Parts: sequence; structure tokens; C-alpha cells
Amino acid sequence: MTPTAVLGTGALVAVGVDAGSTTCKLVGVDASGAVAMWTLEPMTPRIEEQTDRMLTEVLAAAGGASGLPVVATGYGRKLVRAADRAVTEITCHARGVFADTGTGGTLVDIGGQDSKVIRIGPQGAPVDFAMNDKCAAGTGRFLERAAASLGVPLDDLGPTALGAGREEPISSTCTVFAESEIISLIAHGAELDAILLGLHRALVSRVLAMVRTVGLVPPLLLSGGVARNVAMVELLGRDAGTPVRLPSWPQLMGAYGAALVAARGFAAGCDREPGRVL
Amino acid sequence: MSPGAAPTPLAQARYHLGYQVAGRATLRVQRLRDERRLAARRPRPGDALLPTLASMARMKELMTGHYLRGRYVPGVRPVAWVTSGAPVEVLTALGFFLVYPENHAALCGARKQGAAYCVQAEDRGYSRDLCSYARTDIGAVLSGRTPVGSLPPPDLLVCCTNICQTVKWWYEVLADHFGCPLVTVDTPFLYGQAQPHQVDYVRRQIEEDLTPTAERASGRHLHPRRLREVVVQAHEASQLWLDILDRSQHRPAPMTAFDGFLLIGPIVNLRGHPETTRFYRHLLAELDARIAAGTGAVADERYRVLWDNLPVWYRLSGLSRQLAGLGVNVVASTYTYAWGELASMIDPDDPWGSVARTYLHPILNRSTGHKLDAMRGMVERFGLDGAILHSDRSCKPYSLGQIDQRDRLVGDLGVPTLLLEADHNDQRVWAEAQNTGRIEAFVEMMAAGR
Repeated sequence: MTPTAVLGTGALVAVGVDAGSTTCKLVGVDASGAVAMWTLEPMTPRIEEQTDRMLTEVLAAAGGASGLPVVATGYGRKLVRAADRAVTEITCHARGVFADTGTGGTLVDIGGQDSKVIRIGPQGAPVDFAMNDKCAAGTGRFLERAAASLGVPLDDLGPTALGAGREEPISSTCTVFAESEIISLIAHGAELDAILLGLHRALVSRVLAMVRTVGLVPPLLLSGGVARNVAMVELLGRDAGTPVRLPSWPQLMGAYGAALVAARGFAAGCDREPGRVL
Repeated sequence: MSPGAAPTPLAQARYHLGYQVAGRATLRVQRLRDERRLAARRPRPGDALLPTLASMARMKELMTGHYLRGRYVPGVRPVAWVTSGAPVEVLTALGFFLVYPENHAALCGARKQGAAYCVQAEDRGYSRDLCSYARTDIGAVLSGRTPVGSLPPPDLLVCCTNICQTVKWWYEVLADHFGCPLVTVDTPFLYGQAQPHQVDYVRRQIEEDLTPTAERASGRHLHPRRLREVVVQAHEASQLWLDILDRSQHRPAPMTAFDGFLLIGPIVNLRGHPETTRFYRHLLAELDARIAAGTGAVADERYRVLWDNLPVWYRLSGLSRQLAGLGVNVVASTYTYAWGELASMIDPDDPWGSVARTYLHPILNRSTGHKLDAMRGMVERFGLDGAILHSDRSCKPYSLGQIDQRDRLVGDLGVPTLLLEADHNDQRVWAEAQNTGRIEAFVEMMAAGR
């Protein structure tokens, strides 16, 4: 478990819970809309109990605050018993990223189970989106499975791929078939880093197809756990032809947006002055 | 019924007693009971949808009566199986009983039996990539099962390529199975208005191929006066259907597109019959009464939305309730409009030419740009806040171009647009959690944009 991080000194006014498929995140905001506290844990199947416990811990760490508005997002959003309202990840990620970066643009969120591209308007409202949610290819799971079959720690994937001198193209667009292709490449003596570079390229090409569906309006923003992977950030920017801009904590943007909805309601453009560092 | 054969006395007696006397009387009693029940219903606090339109009881009587009649019609009337875009006026004037396999498939879909029939076809080698209407129909034919009891076998098959090219091969399968004549009416794809030579091409197929083949199959001759009567009824009913759909321009709209997906039954299945015209007059009056009372179909109509493409039959009530619960009324649909928007083309004084022109212009036989223009027009006329484009895995012609159409609706008109991935009849394609999330995100997008 990642310990609860206390960042600011302001009192909590609202909490956002992002019950994702891989991790569960909680963010508390203060009256200015800044992140005052956050916590992150791997997701367990007992979503109700886990989110109850995490919320209790966050509130205890905040000096025993109670009665705060709570908004839940993520795939498990409707199972968060303490939430006053469930709001989709589309709205929450757009809200969180806009408040953090102060800009609209095209947001790519690559999570553990799905990936989405959200066009954020100049006022911070989501104006269009596309989702890949019926197939593991194009999601963080694609890299997780590849890391497991290659025996490479998840955190080493990106740096290893970027260090490759050449690239082995991965033609499979399916996670399961890609695994077979990796095994075949290994059997033919291909280098590990070259395979990894090809894998990252395959994921980037799937994501960019979705970006084209929505239409790329710079800046290209990236949120979700996969934003921690340096190769994804580098290749996505390179292949899109525009640099990728990361929010302060990409993985927390859904929970942050949920907390902002809890604190300030739905309408876009009502958050604190955009662009302030969390 | 063999070509030109006279009705047998036994079949006639069964038809008279089973359908005309007992069947119709039973359905009438059921309808009166349903109407009383529906009229007595009052909205309960918290209900997202208003009580069902009383006209639904009449629609049920008409459609159940149609399928009931189908059970008794063999040996009494000639039977034709036709595609939804087939020029049926000629057939109705010749006294054919019509079966619409697409409508029958939709009925199976609405009862959540679509996939079960699809599997019957797939087990016999038909690809899962084929249209789920075709698979449902072929599955029903090959298994000999149907939720309506029985379907009368065809004496004639008529398919028209104005909705897709799949029908051509689908109907060849049926022709092979039933061993009856098949007429294919070929309609050139239109990139603008139909040219005179294109109208002439279709008119000649109807006049010189379909009509004599249908005359041989029925053993009757087509009387111009009877054809005119049918065209008059088709024209009036189509115009009424268009007026009914346009009533949803009122705020709040008196009905939803989901109501329309069901109420469309008679204009599709019983086109050219006087009872269809009477039914739509009755429905229009009920909608006008709702408008006069300021009553909307959705209790709290906050967002007015367009639906593009076929309905998702197996999720009709679920989607309707979900959207109404979020304050959304789907007030317009390109699908329901397809049976009304061509009303002005039907001219009883020029039955052959106008029938040819009408069946050339369905939305599926026209360019993707035409559909975009139609949707743009609806956004303005209905004051729409958003659009749901059902990306239908089974209907490629309808789904083609939706990504570009969505870009234009979002980019040019600023209308939030959702691409909803599903299939009109095969419920195995539906992903509940994902689609629920997409719909909620779409509604949140409309809320955030205000």
C-alpha cells in the first residue's frame, strides 16, 4: 500500500474516489481546489470494503473530517458506498487534467483495462471522446502481459525499450496473439529491447488510431498509469508529431476530477484558476 | 398456394373461423381491455417515463392480427416475403399477404431471441459476420421455429437492393429453400436526386418484371384502379407517419423514438391498407391531446437527442428507461423517418413512376452526405442537444460514414455525439458495462457544455 500523502495545509472540503480496474485512488481537495491529500492502492475484488476503509483512513489523516461530499469514478464507481454520486472517468479525467494543466486539448488516458481519448474544450468541458474498452490491446494490460511473458519488471519496460538499437515490428493487434509473436521472436534470437520497442510501437499505433477518430487538437495530454512509462510518452509524442504534456500526477487525474466535481458541481470552468501546480 | 390455384374450401373455412371470426374478436376484446388499462394509468412520482400511449394497444391488435392472419392464410391468399424497401403497392393491389422477414426478425430480437435464431443459422455454416436479421430469419426458416406460431411459406419472394446488397444473397437462400420465384428489383445508388433514366430503369423492372411475375404467382390480374387505391392509402399513411414524427418538435415531445420503433410496425407491414391509415389518424389525435395538455413522454426532458441507425431491439426498453432516467428524450431518428420522409414523392396520379421514384430514395440508397444533411436538418428542426449514432455491427450500409458524420456534427454544429457500438438483433455483441458508461459520459458531456 502506498502511504497517504499529505501535500497541502488546507482543510479537506471534498473527496474523489477512482475505483479503477488495476488501482484504487483517493484524492482530497481543499477549498482552493488544490490536492490536499491522496492515496493509491492496488484494486481488490472487494471494492465496497476497500473504498470504505481507504476513505476512513484519508479522513482520519485529515484530522477526522466527516460529512464531506464524495464523488466516485472508474469501473467500480457504482460500488463505492460512501459516494454521493457516481460520475464517469471521461468527465473526471477531463476535469482533473484541465484544472491541473490549465489547457484544453486532446487527452489520452491509458488505464489498466481501457484506454480513451477525450477532446477537452477551451473551457474545460469534454466535447468528444472515443474509448477502447472491448479489447485488452491498446491498454496497460497489453504491456503487463508482455512484461510478464518476457520476465521484465514493469518499471523497466520503458527505459529498456528506449535503449534499443533496432526495432522488431509486432504485427499482432491482439494481446494474446502478441504474446505468441513474442515467443516466436525470442525463438528466432531477437533482442529483448528490440521486441519491447516494437511492443510499445504497437500500443502507440492503436492509441493514435483513436486519437485520429476524435481529431488531434494540441497539446497532446496523457494521463493514467501508463504515463509512468517513459517509452510510451516518448513514442506517442514522436508518432503524433507533437510533444506529450503530462499533468502533475497522471494516475490521480480521475480521482482529482471526481473530487472537483464533489466540491464544485458539474459545470465546467468553475474550478480554481487553472494551471496551478497541485 | 400453387400459381393461380383457387382457394380450397377447407382453407377458406379455417381462415374465416380462425382469423376473421374468433381471432379478430379475441384481439378486439384484448385491445379494449388494454386501452382501458392504459387510460387508467397515472404517472407515479419518480417515474422517468410517462405511461405508455393508449395507441400501443391498437398497434398490438393490428400487428398480432397480421401475424395471426398469416397462420390461416395458406391456401386462401397468395403469400409474398419481401424486404423492407420492396415496392409492395403492386403486391397489395394483387391481394398478396405480405411477410417482412426483417420485421419478424426484429420481433424475435425484441423478445431477446435473436441470438438463439442466429445460432441456428451459424450452426449450418452461415458466418457470424452476416447481418443478424438475415441470420435470425434463416435460422427461423431452417429450424422451423418462430415466436409467432408459424409463418406462411412464400409463393413469391421480392427483394429490393435499396437497403443493402445482403438482401440479394439472403433471398437467394430463401428461394433455394422454398423453391419459389424470386424477383430482385435493382435500384441504382444515388449520389443526388434520381435521374429520369434511373427512375425509368426501376419503373420498368416493377412494371415489366415484378408485376407479371406476381400476376402469375397469384393467378390474378392487376387492375389500375385497385393499384391507385393502394397508392392513395400508402401516400396518406406515410404523410400521417411523417406528421406523427414531426409532433416531437414540440417541447416536451409527446413521444420518444423508442415508441416510434414500435409504432412503425403498421406502416412497414400493412402499407396501403385502410386500417393502417385509420390507426395513424388515431395516434396523431392522441399525440395532439398530449401536446395540448403540455404532457411529455419523458417526465423531466432536459436533453433532446437524435438516434441514428436501427434500434437495438433486445435493449429497447432498457435503453429507453436508462436515457429517460438521465433526463434524455430521443425525439428524432433517421430510422423512423425513412418510412415518412418520402411521402411527398408518392403520387396516386402517377402510380408507376412515383412508386419507382419513392423506392429509389430511401436514406440507405443515398450518399453519406445526404444522411449528414438529414441529421443536420433534424438538429435544427427538433432543437437537439446531442446525437447517438448506433454503430451497428450488422448493418454496414447504415453505419458507413458515421465517424465522419460524427466529426461534422461535433465540429460544425458543436453537437455532442456518441458512437454506440452494438448490433440490432444479436445480443451477444452488447457490452452492458461499457455502453452504460459511454451513455453516462455522453449525458455528462451535454451537461458540462451548458
